[in-house]
Amino acid sequence: MVYLTRVEHFNAAHKLYNPGWTREHNEEVFGKCANENWHGHNYELYVTIKGQPNPDTGFVFDVKKLSEIIKEKVIEQIDHKNLNIDVPFLEGKMCSTENLAIGIWQQLQLFLPAEVQLHAIKLYETPRIYVEYFGE
Amino acid sequence: MDNYVGEPTFICYHKQLFCMDMSRKVAVFRREHFNAAHRLYNSLWDEKKNFEVFGKCSNPNYHGHNYELEVKVTGEPDPQTGYVIDLKLLSDIIKENILGKFDHKNLNLDTVYFKNSNPTAENIVIVIYEILRSKIDNKYDLHIRLYETDRNFVEYPG
Repeated sequence: MVYLTRVEHFNAAHKLYNPGWTREHNEEVFGKCANENWHGHNYELYVTIKGQPNPDTGFVFDVKKLSEIIKEKVIEQIDHKNLNIDVPFLEGKMCSTENLAIGIWQQLQLFLPAEVQLHAIKLYETPRIYVEYFGE
Repeated sequence: MDNYVGEPTFICYHKQLFCMDMSRKVAVFRREHFNAAHRLYNSLWDEKKNFEVFGKCSNPNYHGHNYELEVKVTGEPDPQTGYVIDLKLLSDIIKENILGKFDHKNLNLDTVYFKNSNPTAENIVIVIYEILRSKIDNKYDLHIRLYETDRNFVEYPG
């Protein structure tokens, strides 16, 4: 089994804000991340797939095709966007890094060919904060 | 270092006399970071023209960055302390005057600095310089580097 990772990055605005709570309670829970006028990040995204190298090509999967799927189905949807407002696949969700990683996993599952096994989404919100999601 | 007295030193080199001003200026750096939202938008232009010039950076709902800030202060170490500047003091000045105003904020909406100018990295670095220049003794040289992304950064004075 070989694990193949493609790294991408995007910049986006968001806020952590539960619309079911008062503003005061949001500020208690989320602090400055609840700022009503948004803040933003440079996100780094690691998409890892796994499989046996194809005997004819030596590839687990054509990484150029993987890159195109990630760019078209994920990066173009979220880069230079407001995650709370502009992104259909995050609609109704809290825009935490955790939920963003799950959303990216689900979005990729829809468009990756059936033979491609997604292994992990690793998402850095800042150089010192990241989450990993393995589809569990 | 016992033989070093801090006086001008003369070096004869290829029959020319160079005067080396052996100043003891040292640059010290403090690195900080802040996260902010912004958009690039010229209010005198319509949306179409803004999109033509600024592309996806003009998204009306904003986008954002992890900004990395490097503040360089140059001066001579104080003979009493050995410090050019107390880095704790420099850190406090940056936190109070820059991070307190910019971190987790919308640069267009939540700060007073970009009401009439665009919060490009260029304009942000000038604003940061001007704010810090007013807080740091003029005996020091001040230089600011600001990373908007890992690969895009600006410096002021240029």
